[in-house]
Amino acid sequence: MPARIDRPLSPHLQTYRMTLTMALSVVHRATGLALYAGTLLLVWWLIAAASGPAAYAQLQAFAGSWIGRLILFGYTWALVFHLLSGIRYLIWDLTYGFEAREREWLTRAALIGSIVLTILLWVLVFAMGGGR
Amino acid sequence: MNTDTRSSMRTPMSRVRRLGTAKSGTGDFWRQRLTAVAMVLLIVPMIAIVMMLLGRNQAGAAQILGSPLIAIITLLFVIASCWHMKIGVQVVIEDYVHTENLKLALIMANTFFSIAVALAAIYAIFKLSSGV
Repeated sequence: MPARIDRPLSPHLQTYRMTLTMALSVVHRATGLALYAGTLLLVWWLIAAASGPAAYAQLQAFAGSWIGRLILFGYTWALVFHLLSGIRYLIWDLTYGFEAREREWLTRAALIGSIVLTILLWVLVFAMGGGR
Repeated sequence: MNTDTRSSMRTPMSRVRRLGTAKSGTGDFWRQRLTAVAMVLLIVPMIAIVMMLLGRNQAGAAQILGSPLIAIITLLFVIASCWHMKIGVQVVIEDYVHTENLKLALIMANTFFSIAVALAAIYAIFKLSSGV
C-alpha cells in the first residue's frame, strides 16, 4: 500500500482578508436559513386563511404587533437580499461578471438594492393601508 | 466521510467519479438553479398577491387565495421554494456536520420538515380553492 500523499490543503478561512464578496456569501447562506424558518409564517398564513375568521384574526394580530412587524420586515429584507444575491450567483454560473470591477459592482448592487427595495415595499404596504 | 481508503483496492478518485460520494451526481445542483429561476419569475406575482390581501379579513383573503390563477401561482411558488430550501439546507448540513450519523439524521429531519411545510401549504391552498 503506498503512503498517503500529502496533497496541498486550502488554508483556513481566517487567513484571508475579509472582503465584501466573502461577507455577503455568508449573509446569503444566513438569509437562506432565515427564510427556511420563515416558511412557517407562509404556512401559518395559508392555514389560517383556510381555517376561518378566528384563526385569521390571530395571525393578523401577530402581524400587526411590533414584534410581528419586525419579523416581517426582516423576512422581507432576507427574501429580497437572497433573491438579488441569488441572481448574482446565476450570472456567475453563466461565467459572466468575474472581472474585479463587475464582481464588486454586482455585490454592491445586491446589498444596496435589497435595502432600497425592502424600504420601497414597506412604503407600498403602508400606502395600501396594510400598516393599519 | 469515508476515510478507510487503505483497506480498499479502489482509489479515492474512483470513489468520486460518476455519481460521486453523494450518489446523486449533479442533480441537486441543477434543481437548485431550476427552482431559483422559477422563483425569480414567480416573486413579482407573489408580492402582488400578498399586497392584494393587506387589510382584508378572512373572508376576503380566502376568496382571493382560492381563485384559480392565484391558487396556481401560490402552489408553484410553494413547491419551488420548499424544493429549493430542502436542497440548500442539505448543502449547509453536509458542509458543517461531519459526524456521519448526526449528518444522516439532520438530512432526514430537513427532508421531513421541507415536505411537511410543502404539504401543509398545498393542503391549505386546495382547501381554499374548493371553498370548504
